[in-house]
Amino acid sequence: MSAALTIEGLRVSIGGHDVLHGVDLSLEAGRVHGLAGESGSGKTMTGLAVLGLLPHGSRSSGRIEFGGRDLLEMPARELNEVRGAKIAMVFQDPSTSLHPMLTVGRQLTEHMRHHLRLGRNEARERAAGLLAKVRIPGPEEALKRYPHQFSGGMRQRIAIAVALACEPEVLIADEPTTALDVTVQAGILRLLRGLCDDLGLAVLLVTHDLGVMSAVADEVSVMKDGLVVETGTRGQVLREPRHPYTRSLLDALPVPPGENSP
Amino acid sequence: MRSPLARFLVRRIVTALLLAVGITLVTFVLTNLVPGDPVAANLGQRALGDPAIVAQWRADHGLDRPLPQQYLAHLGGLLHGDLGTSQQSHRPVLDDLAQSVPATLELAGAAIVVSLVLGVGFGVVAALRRDRFADHVLRVLSLVGISVPTFWLALMAFYVFFFRLQITPGSGRIDPGMTPPPQVTGLYTVDALLSGRWDVFSSAVGHLAAPALVLALYTIGLLTRFTRSAVLEVLGQDYVRAARAKGLPGRVVLFRYVLRPALVPVITVAGLAFGSLLSGTVLVEAVFAWPGVGQYAYKSATTLDLPAVMGVGLVVGVVYLVINLVVDVLYGVVDPRVRVS
Repeated sequence: MSAALTIEGLRVSIGGHDVLHGVDLSLEAGRVHGLAGESGSGKTMTGLAVLGLLPHGSRSSGRIEFGGRDLLEMPARELNEVRGAKIAMVFQDPSTSLHPMLTVGRQLTEHMRHHLRLGRNEARERAAGLLAKVRIPGPEEALKRYPHQFSGGMRQRIAIAVALACEPEVLIADEPTTALDVTVQAGILRLLRGLCDDLGLAVLLVTHDLGVMSAVADEVSVMKDGLVVETGTRGQVLREPRHPYTRSLLDALPVPPGENSP
Repeated sequence: MRSPLARFLVRRIVTALLLAVGITLVTFVLTNLVPGDPVAANLGQRALGDPAIVAQWRADHGLDRPLPQQYLAHLGGLLHGDLGTSQQSHRPVLDDLAQSVPATLELAGAAIVVSLVLGVGFGVVAALRRDRFADHVLRVLSLVGISVPTFWLALMAFYVFFFRLQITPGSGRIDPGMTPPPQVTGLYTVDALLSGRWDVFSSAVGHLAAPALVLALYTIGLLTRFTRSAVLEVLGQDYVRAARAKGLPGRVVLFRYVLRPALVPVITVAGLAFGSLLSGTVLVEAVFAWPGVGQYAYKSATTLDLPAVMGVGLVVGVVYLVINLVVDVLYGVVDPRVRVS
């Protein structure tokens, strides 16, 4: 199967300070690719670079290939047509990534109407369907409510529905469970895994949590200091790590991965 | 969704009414606490020497009764729209205020509209062009606006634009030969438009321009700074990045995602600024000979014309209340978390 999105030799510097030193990654449709590493290793920057959302004053080079085009070379206008429509993103903290003053319905339909040119009613119908798909009770009612009227786990489900609204091919999930309770985490991960299988999404799951990784990822890459130090299937990387850094990460876990199932 | 907003409104209006009663009490007590004898300020030397005349005058103005009774009489009068009679002009205070209040409202209203449009606009531009040329220019301008004293600016504007360059018309609300438009709102610009008197309208706008701009400069500077920092803060929020990740067009991100939350602190500052703008009118009215509340207050205070002073106090207090009510309601309109709780 061919790759849905390929990152080759991605280098990023922010204000003259290098944060990525040539990252290589490949995402495939229907597979969850876990990106692990400690904070500051460049996981999040890799995700943001794909959508051209790097902070002000950063420079990037290398290649991010999607649909035969290099996203890094793409003009801003065309990139905006890809964002949200073909490649979508779920952020770490749903209490800050949803706009507090706009209804769930508004945030769920506005990009559908923009990218897919849907009418108001059509978009609302679809939005209600999406909320049902991510298991929000009473989807019709939920559309009229505001983010603060939902719990953290519900909000992250809504954020995932927002990301899936335009049926993207690639989903970048940046620490989607870090801000949530452990019990809620498992539900979100099962949801992501299910959506990936059902919709044939290519998922990049950024996380510092190897437990999360072992639960859902098909492939795992480990990052350290702006470089991918190890890539392989979950079994390979988590059971027979070759790089000493991966081994030290695994040793730091209280329970060996694979022996607990979240 | 409609009923919480309605309930929110009713709650705020009831609170405002209670506060209005509080204001009457405070203006009454403060006015009567002022050391100074209205009798001495209003009667001539010879009359003051005659105890009978003094007693008569005090009885005429109800000053011989105990204070609580005076207050109740004052409150009863207010309910009938009676603010008492000015001891200076011998006209009902209500009539005096009906003339001077619209003049001030027109001046302050024009100033606040100008400051909102320019202040918020400049602030947004400065934030979007952060650390670029436009940002630096606007920073200097807003600093000047905030630091230059209004009275000095008023004098300079009057001297330069009227006396030297003769661009602006002189003092007053319209050209001296003109008759004011028939009073509907008391705002000359609006009344002139209502009666179709274009010559009066353009004259009124011309007279309004210089004092309103002078009055607005401080608020423009203030709002530019607050809007800039509010917009910058919102630009760094996750939900703005999330909106970009959704591929929404730049203007949608700016207006729907950035400006709305950024306006919440700006509304607060604008409400407070309107207050300082009202006190600024006293000085600006003096320089431009604008027949507004500021001039009336000054005259009444210096002659210890107690009913007039109380009337002015009440009007200013009520204006503040209305501004606060508007600010509260705007919070509810802009931010759903305030009304849905």
